[in-house]
Amino acid sequence: MSDAVIAGRWQFAFTIMFHYLFPVLTMGLGVLIAVLKTIELRTGNAAYGSAARFWARIFAITFAAGVVTGIPMEFQFGTNWARFSRYAGPVVGQTLFMEGVFAFFAESSFLGVFLFGESRVGPRVHWLSAVMVAFGAVLSGFFIVATNAWMQHPVGYRVAGDHVELTSLWALLSNPYVRWQYPHVIAGSMVTASMVMAGTGAFYLLSRRHEEAGRIFVTVGVTAGAICSALSLFPTGAFHGEAITRFQPAKMAAMEGLFKTQTGAPLAIIGMPDRERQELMDPIVVPGLISYLAYGNFSARVTGLNDIPADQQPPVEIVYYAYHIMVGLGTIFIAILALAGFFLVRGSLFDRRGMLWVVMLSAPFPYIANEAGWVVAEVGRQPWVVYGLQRVAAASSTNVTTGMTYFTLLGFMGLYLVLGLLYLLLFARIVDEGPSTPLGAGPSTRLGAGPR
Amino acid sequence: MSLNSAWFVMLAFLLAGYAVLDGFDLGLGAIHLLLGKDRDERARLIDSIGPVWNGNEVWLLGVGGSLVAAFPNLYAASFSGFYLALMLVLWLLLLRGIGIEFRHQIHNPLWEDAWDVVFSAASLLLALLFGLALGNVLHGVPFDDRGEFRATFAVLLNGFSLLGGLLSVATLSMHGACWAALKMDGSLQARARRFAANGWAASAVLLAAMIGASVVVRPDFADNFTSHRWLLIIPVWTLAALALTRYYISRDDRRAFVASSGYVAGILASVAGGLYPMLLPAVAGSAFPGLDIYNAAAPYESMRTALVVYAIGISLVSVYLARIYRVWKGKSGPVYL
Repeated sequence: MSDAVIAGRWQFAFTIMFHYLFPVLTMGLGVLIAVLKTIELRTGNAAYGSAARFWARIFAITFAAGVVTGIPMEFQFGTNWARFSRYAGPVVGQTLFMEGVFAFFAESSFLGVFLFGESRVGPRVHWLSAVMVAFGAVLSGFFIVATNAWMQHPVGYRVAGDHVELTSLWALLSNPYVRWQYPHVIAGSMVTASMVMAGTGAFYLLSRRHEEAGRIFVTVGVTAGAICSALSLFPTGAFHGEAITRFQPAKMAAMEGLFKTQTGAPLAIIGMPDRERQELMDPIVVPGLISYLAYGNFSARVTGLNDIPADQQPPVEIVYYAYHIMVGLGTIFIAILALAGFFLVRGSLFDRRGMLWVVMLSAPFPYIANEAGWVVAEVGRQPWVVYGLQRVAAASSTNVTTGMTYFTLLGFMGLYLVLGLLYLLLFARIVDEGPSTPLGAGPSTRLGAGPR
Repeated sequence: MSLNSAWFVMLAFLLAGYAVLDGFDLGLGAIHLLLGKDRDERARLIDSIGPVWNGNEVWLLGVGGSLVAAFPNLYAASFSGFYLALMLVLWLLLLRGIGIEFRHQIHNPLWEDAWDVVFSAASLLLALLFGLALGNVLHGVPFDDRGEFRATFAVLLNGFSLLGGLLSVATLSMHGACWAALKMDGSLQARARRFAANGWAASAVLLAAMIGASVVVRPDFADNFTSHRWLLIIPVWTLAALALTRYYISRDDRRAFVASSGYVAGILASVAGGLYPMLLPAVAGSAFPGLDIYNAAAPYESMRTALVVYAIGISLVSVYLARIYRVWKGKSGPVYL
């Protein structure tokens, strides 16, 4: 693989991983804000309105960071991966522009109304704008994941000369691969938003500030988080795993560190893959569990890496560790949120400072779990960019040099460092200020229309 | 009309939509530091685009997405060919976006001043770069025999394209000033009208120069207009909109803004009318004839599906976009907390 291709991969990996830190929060947070607005509209409890306004401020800076880091993603298909665009553009272009036209327009336009229009529109239209923002964000995720799913498992196309041609838009949108990948992505995003919300609430309760808001955040966050963390395991994670076993056996073998094809394949809880000796070092395994997860049968035969040609294997170590980090963290989230949910139902959660500490400190970890999941998806697809059709090495731009890409990668690193620091600074300041008093009674009155 | 031609029209429509809509907030940004005399005025100017700038920028993503779907070869060749210039655009869009959104997050004079400068400088450079890009599209690029090129700065910064960059800065500044005149009141409004009038004069002079230079650089540019007389409606429209803009500046701010929108769209439409069926011509002496709507196109089925879906999507967007702009009608108030 040439240096220029490796440089392009570094740049894509860096920019996509940094970008995803923002939409992973906004997709789930949009839904939670819509939930808060719905409770406000139905109960008339102004505390929920003020909670929604607080999270709208977080949403606004996160959305802005997501937009400015997202545009480079769409453009990089052309700048660094021109041969991929030529080859696959007639298909992936469909879902890419559908994201813009059907989802992103709605999200960004209604966000303006939601953030700035509360005093210009009635409560129902304001609620509707919150719902449209959530809908736009979640739909936007669908088109992007559908694009990715096609690269994992191409459907609805035929090869015509030096590119592919779309034969069925419906097949592209109902790809069997996307059916569980997309709900799994959304569940992961919901867990992230829920745990960030619950963690912020726990911070307020522990520091005895904004306690009314803190209780709302913990209640909504823990409830949504407990449900969605369970959903991320079953059914979404389990069935998505089945799809991977069916369509991408090499990825599944790498995820599990399964070097040899075997019946009754064991699931490794821990263990370190050793590619030289083709085995897992110091494993702790559950016998037959992979066979069961993949085929619903403890003695089913599962393909190992030894039956996959060496030039079609992904880098085992990265995929293996990323997968185990994702699953390990996901399991811990279920345990924490189920326990917190239990205390919440019993009515004792707000007084259990130890549990609140755990809820607060666990807030950053869903970011790691989500990123790790995407590492499994993307590194596990190697060496293909379009599975079985086009290799990454054959997808790069031939007129962009290694030096040009490293130069722009350094530029992105510098800019994103500044952006990341500013984002954290503003996030901390908004949390420090806390939710303001209800609309009409505090500084929020400046939301109103008319000249200053 | 063939499918390829329909896509050409669609692409021109999207580009014009982007130029008109993001054009006014880019133009406002370009004159931001000169127009807003103090921090409070500059805050009001940014407030006027706060709720809409992001939606406007989505048109750019629409252009990008439709290029991938309909003209993948154009997307691949031009994005990789204009690599460094395009990366500069991405970085400027990033700085400009966080300039608008982060400025109001901390009420501190140094913080606000810093982001005002970032926002304004990035907007000005973007207006320049977009004009430069349009100039280069008219001018043509040096293709190699594989249909690729590498736009070094020596290629990019030719005199003709620089003229295009200046025309873009002048026109969008005028367009942004018309928006400011519509949304502001008092002395700021009066100043915005003066800016609009000055921008108009600069734009008119540069447009004349650009038309003159086009005759030299691209002598075949007028062919479409002479062989299809009805196409002359586009340049006539453009010049009429230009004249109407001048007439309405200081008389009727709303009509002035509408007219300047017509003028911006007219320039894009004129370029499209002259280029058709070319998308990215080659300069003389290239080993490749350039990319047109046939050799850059996606297969038939992809283009047909995309066009149908696109038409539905854009109609839907137009409905709620029109509704949302009504929420923001009238003079702009403070929006950021």
